[in-house]
Amino acid sequence: MPNPGALMEPELSRAIPEPGPQAAEALRPRGLPLTDAAAITAQPMLQVRNLDLYYGDKQALHGVDLDVKEHTVMAFIGPSGCGKSTLLRALNRMNDLIDGVRVQGSVLLAGQDLYAPGVDVIGLRKRMGMVFQKSNPFPKSIYENVVYGLRIQGVRDRHALDEAVETSLKRAGLWDEVKDRLSESALGMSGGQQQRLCIARALAVKPEVLLMDEPCSALDPIATSRIEELIFELKKDYTIVIVTHNMQQAARASDYTAFFWLGKLIEVGLTEKVFTTPSERMTEDYITGRFG
Amino acid sequence: MARNGTSLPSGLQRGREFLRRGSAFVWLSAAALALSLLMITGLVGFIAVKGLGFFWPRALVQATTPEGPLLGEISAREAALGEEPAKVQFRVANRDLYGQDFRWIKVAELGAQQRPADAVLVERLENGAFIGFVASVSENGRVLASGDAAFEEALGRLPEAQSLQGDIRTIEKDEVGTLNRRLEDLRLRRRGLAPADATALARLEAEEKALRVRYEALQTRLDGLRAKSAELQIILRTVDGQTKEIPLSAVVRLVAPNRTGILGKAGIYAARLWEFVSGDPRESNTEGGIFPAIFGTVLMVLIMSLMVVPLGVVTALFLREYARDGWLVRSVRVAVNNLAGVPSIVFGVFGLGFFVYTMGGAIDQAFFADRLPTPTYGTGGILWASLTLALLTVPVVVVATEEALSSVPRSLREASLALGATKWQTIWKVVLPGAAPGILTGLILAMARGAGEVAPLMLTGVVKLAPAMPLDGQFPYFHFDRKFMHLGFHIYDVGFQSPNSEAAKPMVYMTALLLLLVVVALNLFALRLRRRLRERLGGSTF
Ligand SMILES: Nc1ncnc2c1ncn2[C@@H]1O[C@H](COP(=O)(O)OP(=O)(O)OP(=O)(O)O)[C@@H](O)[C@H]1O
Ligand SMILES: [Mg+2]
Repeated sequence: MPNPGALMEPELSRAIPEPGPQAAEALRPRGLPLTDAAAITAQPMLQVRNLDLYYGDKQALHGVDLDVKEHTVMAFIGPSGCGKSTLLRALNRMNDLIDGVRVQGSVLLAGQDLYAPGVDVIGLRKRMGMVFQKSNPFPKSIYENVVYGLRIQGVRDRHALDEAVETSLKRAGLWDEVKDRLSESALGMSGGQQQRLCIARALAVKPEVLLMDEPCSALDPIATSRIEELIFELKKDYTIVIVTHNMQQAARASDYTAFFWLGKLIEVGLTEKVFTTPSERMTEDYITGRFG
Repeated sequence: MARNGTSLPSGLQRGREFLRRGSAFVWLSAAALALSLLMITGLVGFIAVKGLGFFWPRALVQATTPEGPLLGEISAREAALGEEPAKVQFRVANRDLYGQDFRWIKVAELGAQQRPADAVLVERLENGAFIGFVASVSENGRVLASGDAAFEEALGRLPEAQSLQGDIRTIEKDEVGTLNRRLEDLRLRRRGLAPADATALARLEAEEKALRVRYEALQTRLDGLRAKSAELQIILRTVDGQTKEIPLSAVVRLVAPNRTGILGKAGIYAARLWEFVSGDPRESNTEGGIFPAIFGTVLMVLIMSLMVVPLGVVTALFLREYARDGWLVRSVRVAVNNLAGVPSIVFGVFGLGFFVYTMGGAIDQAFFADRLPTPTYGTGGILWASLTLALLTVPVVVVATEEALSSVPRSLREASLALGATKWQTIWKVVLPGAAPGILTGLILAMARGAGEVAPLMLTGVVKLAPAMPLDGQFPYFHFDRKFMHLGFHIYDVGFQSPNSEAAKPMVYMTALLLLLVVVALNLFALRLRRRLRERLGGSTF
């Protein structure tokens, strides 16, 4: 077992040794740059330290150690049931809602322990937006969906709300499509639009971190590529963690990739590195499709 | 095996095929549905036919019998049965002269029958209908018209006499009533006064004196009106020659069915129906209208709904969202469900013991002590009746709300929580709106059950005849302590407690029909509300 907890040493060189058949270069769409140097030197935003998580008696996460750097995209990959969603939900304490969940270890958000006693969970969730696998807009108007988080916080000022709607929808690349029907029900939108609305809804509360659990799994290729471009855009201002089953997506959209297997973190590092010269045999087998 | 299958007799095979496809069940369920529909339409149709036919003016038949001539509506016929000869029932009315409204005559004893064109049916404020002829109309003893012209004259003067009667009623009910209440108020204030407080006493006495003066003035005005209304008299003659003189103002309606065309009859029908729906009852509820009962029923159901929804929703919210699922919650749930099976009279007993005597008694002690020993809230009233029914129907709402809450998708709750909402905010802004249609379904069921209950009401506030409505123009407008009338109780009262149950039979059917209509109307209202809510939720399917 290598040391999965430590991040790779920063590799400033862009040279990829021996571009194999699965080389990141080949997977990356033309025009999008490779990992920028800034991503490597950035400060850690989220730090997971020796995290164990149990559903009742069943252990779902085993001693996970992981850093997510500021303004980078971290992709979680691994076979179904390996604990990707569980870890993602542990990051904003959504697992609290499930009876019988027990957590050991710690998660630090900008240095503050989320699992310390007396932490304000509500305030914490405001700092982390979450986008779910299946889009889940509220059965309200598009406008009300976007401002939901703000209304919850007690924002009443019509002007501020209007502005938040416009900027959030613009950021989510939805503004032009819906600006004339903000008062219509969100349920009348297409699947891809609904998912982008959910992203806009998360952005409206101005989070620092965006957690996405397979945001594209129910979308067609065009909608998927729109969301990937969006992720690339959002990276400038947010730290993003994305769970995906799609290797191309992980390679295209992320700076770092973490590979999980049976609740354990097997390997984490720069995406180019993980995809071209994985240090673990298992990672390579999974990426090349030999198992999983 | 396959061989065996093919060698089965074809009829049996086809039978098996029939069962396997489930066609049998389709037919069975269709038949069950048809049967239920038939029963429902049969019930409503029976009630409607029995009740609605009552208002149609029927021909007045004159016949000779061994005991003399007879005039009336033929109300029933009986075929010969063994020893019993065939008989006809006449509604002869004139209760004050004959002692009874109906008379059975053997068909064999009936002589020649005819339908005199000038025969009239006079609906009166007292003593029921009169059937006979209009002899004359007189004013202050001077005959205005007699013979054939008398009917026309009476018909022409009727509106004037009735409006006079209306004035008298308004004064008696409203103005005198208000004065009486204020006098009672003064009396109570005087009782609560310190004996030494001479100035206050003097002020009260002056006030009382002023009221008494106004009272006298009203009385003289009333006397004047009464005398005026007695001036115009109508003299009626029965078929056997007796005469009866009554003031025209005591006449409700003059009908000459034998010379009225179909249109005229339809007009009379509409007028009678309207009187029934909008009028006050007369003659111990066997005549007149049932408006106070309709009003009482609707108001009671509405108050009940206002109480049962918050109670049921809060209970369900706690059980489903906050309480940890354990044996305690499960047993509470079982207990709530079992409450639905408790006989309603038990709720009535509880309502009487707890709401009326305990709570009402405490309220009287605290706020209405000056009126004791006359109870205010310590006796049955619409508030206690509604509360008792709310208790009776709360299990329905709890069960429906729990269902509705659990059908709100988990993903929506997570979306809300992930945006930084608290649990309560999530419930208030996402879960409850999503569950609202289901909650309304519970309310619809509760209303249907509550509107039809009678037994618990008899113990907690329903009366045969309420002197005043629980909601009227007098301050403070809502009188939750007042007793009220109810359609369900009205059916029981008119049908089984009335001195003249034969005459009241159609009233029972009509009241039952109206009770059904009220329940349907209330349900339609709630259904509309639910549809509006669903539309607002964007046609989502939870
Ligand atoms: N609510 C729960 N109660 C009990 N066990 C759970 C619960 N949720 C997940 N698990 C278990 O935890 C393990 C990890 O599940 P998780 O959903 O995190 O997998 P995943 O990697 O997201 O899989 P997928 O790619 O299919 O979404 C699985 O074995 C699963 O059975
Ligand atoms: Mg998952």
